[in-house]
Amino acid sequence: MLRTFRIGGIHPPENKLSAGKKITALAAPKQVIIPLSQHIGAPAQAVVKKGDIVKVGTLIAKAGGFVSANIHSSVSGKVNKIDNALDTSGYKRPAIYIDVEGDEWEETIDRSDALVKECSLSSKEIIDKIASAGIVGMGGATFPTQVKLMPPPGNKAEIVIINAVECEPYLTSDHSLMMEKGEEILVGVTLLMKAVNVNRAVIGIENNKRDAIAHLTQLAAGYPGIEVMPLQVKYPQGGEKQLIDAVIRRQVKSGALPISVGAVVQNVGTAYAVYEAVQKNKPLFERVVTVTGKAVANPSNFLVRVGTPISTLIEAAGGMPENTGKVIGGGPMMGKALVSAEVPVTKGSSGVLLLTKEESVRKPMQDCIRCAKCVSACPMGLNPAFLMKYTVYKNWELAEANYIQDCIECGSCSYTCPANRPLLDYIRSGKGKVMGIIRARKS
Amino acid sequence: MILIAVISLGAIGAIGAVFLYACAKKFEVYEDPRIAQVQEVLPGANCGGCGYPGCGGFASACVKADTLDGMLCPVGGAPVMEKIATILGKTVAEAEPKVAVVRCNGSCTARPRTNQYDGVKSCAIASTLYGGETGCTFGCLGYGDCVAACNFGAIRIDSETGLPVVDEDKCTSCGACVKACPKNIIELRKKGPKSRRVFVSCVNKDKGAVARKACTNACIGCGKCAKECPFEAITVENNVAYIDYTKCRLCRKCVAVCPTGAIHELNFPPRKESASAAQPKAAEVAPKTAPNKPEPVQVVETKEDTNQK
Repeated sequence: MLRTFRIGGIHPPENKLSAGKKITALAAPKQVIIPLSQHIGAPAQAVVKKGDIVKVGTLIAKAGGFVSANIHSSVSGKVNKIDNALDTSGYKRPAIYIDVEGDEWEETIDRSDALVKECSLSSKEIIDKIASAGIVGMGGATFPTQVKLMPPPGNKAEIVIINAVECEPYLTSDHSLMMEKGEEILVGVTLLMKAVNVNRAVIGIENNKRDAIAHLTQLAAGYPGIEVMPLQVKYPQGGEKQLIDAVIRRQVKSGALPISVGAVVQNVGTAYAVYEAVQKNKPLFERVVTVTGKAVANPSNFLVRVGTPISTLIEAAGGMPENTGKVIGGGPMMGKALVSAEVPVTKGSSGVLLLTKEESVRKPMQDCIRCAKCVSACPMGLNPAFLMKYTVYKNWELAEANYIQDCIECGSCSYTCPANRPLLDYIRSGKGKVMGIIRARKS
Repeated sequence: MILIAVISLGAIGAIGAVFLYACAKKFEVYEDPRIAQVQEVLPGANCGGCGYPGCGGFASACVKADTLDGMLCPVGGAPVMEKIATILGKTVAEAEPKVAVVRCNGSCTARPRTNQYDGVKSCAIASTLYGGETGCTFGCLGYGDCVAACNFGAIRIDSETGLPVVDEDKCTSCGACVKACPKNIIELRKKGPKSRRVFVSCVNKDKGAVARKACTNACIGCGKCAKECPFEAITVENNVAYIDYTKCRLCRKCVAVCPTGAIHELNFPPRKESASAAQPKAAEVAPKTAPNKPEPVQVVETKEDTNQK
């Protein structure tokens, strides 16, 4: 019996249309828009100004705090302006516009395909390199990686868990990366183990990616301490706390960090980025993005420069289908409908999903029938129906007492509700309010 | 037999009564009788507009406070505050009546839709998701959280413009709508003499060209109004102008120069000639609010003149 997490979970249709498609590198567009907040935490501070010439990999913005990340240019060319731009958040935020001229890379970057296995750097040097390369969690949460690798005093890492679950329907970017860059990923995992000083790592992969499991299991034989663990298919297994529960059977307390149970969880894409940063001196400025949807002509996995407008990706996948109702940034469960197709790809963009008009219709909301389906679906063991009610009545004390702040916004409750109640929409808004109250109380 | 029952029950009752009386005396909590009196004259809406938890909270705060300065029941206004003052034997400072003002004039025609929102019709929820259905991410979303928050039925959404409209007679300036608006568009401003007000009806912080593209009624931060204002009441910050209502003397010169019509005037009689009509209005209005203040105005004007020379 394969392992999985123990509380809740749902089984949405997988729809992995682009599975098995090779990763295609897209050429840089004419202009890139690189947002300064591509990560959780303080926005980065621009270090270039209008008219500056930059190369691929040039540092253009420095981390603006402890929880923040460096940003590098993804193209070579001239800085056009630093101005507000609409990004995946749906708001206008500062971004650097760069006009592309040629494709000249920084000399320090090793562009060869040769695999570099050996690494003589110490733990601290690896973490410093990761920090300067601006690596963030590539699964979508975009938490700066170096912060996760520096456990707060009193905590000791025991195991590195690599999140290769890709439980979101439709998305295949991690899957394709594992098939094509298996060796590099394993070297990256070894580096992460060295960085936090542990000798065991588990790569958790859902059982619907059998080719990837077989491929990595075979390769992992050459890497001591790394184990590939097939997991049952269940959403949201890619959630950090869910994956820890599935792999090492430990539960993270409310409000605690994964390190409190000795786990450091990193996405498989992050492991690859760590390999490139440490062994090839290549900062994070491109990533694999899945472009998919039932009406899309060629669902594909593209290697894209950060800052490329999403419309370019859609064009490359065969153009926007006529009956497109919504363009989703990310997967169908946790992704967000985009305001415009001109928003740029960021470090956390894992996919672009084009829903048809029929698929994107919201069904009318009905009254709660107290069936408790949302309660059984919630992977955090919360009561979504009540949390929604507390938000509607603005009862923040009760919302907090019932752990609204533990919601991971996976959307299982809304998905499973037979009355089509927008549970997550309300809970997300209530969670924001309660988090604000908690923060105000602490300060 | 009956007698025994009567006597024993009577005795138990008497002992109980003595015990309860002793307890009541021993653990008595003294409550100022004036709190109840004050609460009597309060409107009892429990709106929280005063900043205290309901009318009871406000009443006890009034009794405890040394002076009534800064205390105001926005619903009852000055008459209620005077009643409270007489009960407590304190004096009350004259507070200026205020009214909620919606600072967005991006109507459906001025602000074209760029996308469609089909989620929950709530401003609080929509604003956690994105900037809104139009190119302006600062403007009114129009789902009516302010309408739901108002206890007095003083706000409604105009079906034509899609924007909230405040009914001045019903508005008690309790501030519930101000708190409910996630975009911070609604502001409590001085009601003004004869309810006359001038305000910038826009909060868009984008650069002029961007703001204008999203909404033809947007403030573009050009600063013409600030230059025109003889009273230095207008400041332009983050590409949006703001009129300080404590300095504004309602001359309406700014309204005339605003290229986009973002500055609104309310309850003024129709103007005949823009310049000549505005001037006497200022003079006529000014003495009512503050009789001894026209002088500094003169000084400001002469200063500007000398600077220009």
